Amino acid sequence: MDKRVERKSHSLGERYAAMTHDLQWETTYQSMDRVFPFDRYEGIKVRDWSKWEDPFRLTTDAYWKFQGEKEKKLYAVIEAFAQNSCQFGVSDARYVNAIKLILQAIAPIKYSLHRSLAHTGRHLRGDALRVAVQMQASDNLRHFQNETHAASVFNKYFNGLHSAPALFDAAWYLAPFKSFADDVASAGPFERIVAISFSFESLLTDTLFVPYMSGAAHNGDLSIVAAGFSGQSDAARHKMLGIETVKFLLTQDPANLALVQRWIDKWFWRSFRLMPIVAMMQDYMLSKRMMSWKESWQRFVEAPVEALFAELAQFGLRLPTGWAQACDSKEHLSHQAWNVFYGYGDAIAVHTWIPETDELNWLDQKYPDSFDRWYRPRLAHYAQRQAQGHRFFNRSLPMQCQVCQQPMFFTEKGNPRLIAYRQTEHEGETFHFCSDHCDTIFSNEPAKYQQARLSSHTLLHATDGGAKADLLKASLAASHLSNGRDQGDFSGSEDDTNFSDWGGGQDMKEAQL
Amino acid sequence: MSVTATTNALLYVGWDEHMMFATPIVLPMSLDTRFEELIHTALPSLYGEHPDFKLIDWSKAQWFQGDRLFTPRMQATLAEQGFGHKAVLRFRTPGLEGLRGSCG
Repeated sequence: MDKRVERKSHSLGERYAAMTHDLQWETTYQSMDRVFPFDRYEGIKVRDWSKWEDPFRLTTDAYWKFQGEKEKKLYAVIEAFAQNSCQFGVSDARYVNAIKLILQAIAPIKYSLHRSLAHTGRHLRGDALRVAVQMQASDNLRHFQNETHAASVFNKYFNGLHSAPALFDAAWYLAPFKSFADDVASAGPFERIVAISFSFESLLTDTLFVPYMSGAAHNGDLSIVAAGFSGQSDAARHKMLGIETVKFLLTQDPANLALVQRWIDKWFWRSFRLMPIVAMMQDYMLSKRMMSWKESWQRFVEAPVEALFAELAQFGLRLPTGWAQACDSKEHLSHQAWNVFYGYGDAIAVHTWIPETDELNWLDQKYPDSFDRWYRPRLAHYAQRQAQGHRFFNRSLPMQCQVCQQPMFFTEKGNPRLIAYRQTEHEGETFHFCSDHCDTIFSNEPAKYQQARLSSHTLLHATDGGAKADLLKASLAASHLSNGRDQGDFSGSEDDTNFSDWGGGQDMKEAQL
Repeated sequence: MSVTATTNALLYVGWDEHMMFATPIVLPMSLDTRFEELIHTALPSLYGEHPDFKLIDWSKAQWFQGDRLFTPRMQATLAEQGFGHKAVLRFRTPGLEGLRGSCG
């Protein structure tokens, strides 16, 4: 009689079932509602959790193996970059300011989103989604660490990278990111998935990889390229998780549609309001450019998002309410954002500058309908003042939107002449917004935003409504910035003179010859 | 701008079609400030750097409280004209459209 052969390996499907569904049990010492106290209060109804499955069938054992491999490759590149002093091989020291923004704005929200996702992953009673969300939580922590490590070599040679956490808590230009992360943290588990995995990751992250990763490649920064590559495959999984979860919720119960649509309206807009720095990184901060923000928006957002929503229409979903306005702003966003950063450039931990003539011409070519008409004259005026020794800085504090916390610099849809103002009365107080969409977000949940900390107000309070010098001092102190080193114009900054003294940028110049 | 002990409100001020200043400005104020004082002391320190500023003919300026067009009384205070904490005051200067007509 033949001896029965043991099967050595399981199929992917069996392994996936064993590592998700088979780990689930109905609790008896405590009710399931007590074990998972947060996954019903939002009003989402789930009838059959077994219907959610990860399309990648990624199990925990495989996850750690893949991630471990990626880490090894990434850290080999980061090490080599530092060993070979490649920080001096980047195109230009101006470029490093884009890296500063990544580390100041993007890395900290990854950390915060990791915490929100870890909590979400604990609190869903559906096994397969729970596992997938836990992986996304680990991914976000990994990305935060990778970005920090990839940027750490720059911290030794350039200013403004030394105190990212304090900066994230206090700086006005990072407040939209902090506020976004806090809003996610205080949402329920389903809203968080719709916010992070669907609205942010599925709809908008591809645009981030353009200046972050391709931009780094064009500018000789292999360290950031490697970190971006390592993260991008995770982002693909997060997008899928977002899309699958939205479809799952919409097929579980008809009552879920209204909630999911409202969350998508809200979180698309909140995510879009994080884009100004991405837009200006791409159009103004990369020394070597590859495509404009407008082109990136058309290619990586407009086309794919419209295709995605055409597919989701069968579930009753429509494009987010802010969609048309977001698309309309692609002509203006980067120019308006850079104007804010340039004007308030004495109170931020990056340097700003007026683009060189060939860069201005590039912008003109990429934005034939808007740049020359609305934005070039302003830059020319600043340049002229600067040549006369009067670098322009705003002398006062900006009004901010109560919800997204951006300075109120956005213009009306279809009318770049006028800044958009919206306001609402609530419990005897007036609240101001940059747009109808932020106004609606407030009106749906006023208690969540009415006590929002607006940095302009906080600074005026801290200095007793003080003079500009006091405001600036207080602003820099709160963010751990050192006056005259971390901020101000790039030209003549320590970054500028050091890079030049150390022979930076020569490799790229020689390569071009 | 310096603030006296009577400061009791924040006022948001915006000069339409002049985005060199990027955003409307937060101004700590006393609501007992007379309108004329606001124009002749506060506004020059905020906006005086713009080349259009010295060209403004104040008799032709249009004033908005939020979205609503209104005619200010120069000797009356902000409070007397309905401005409270966190009110928006916007002005438009017809004929002046920013740096080379760019609203900059």
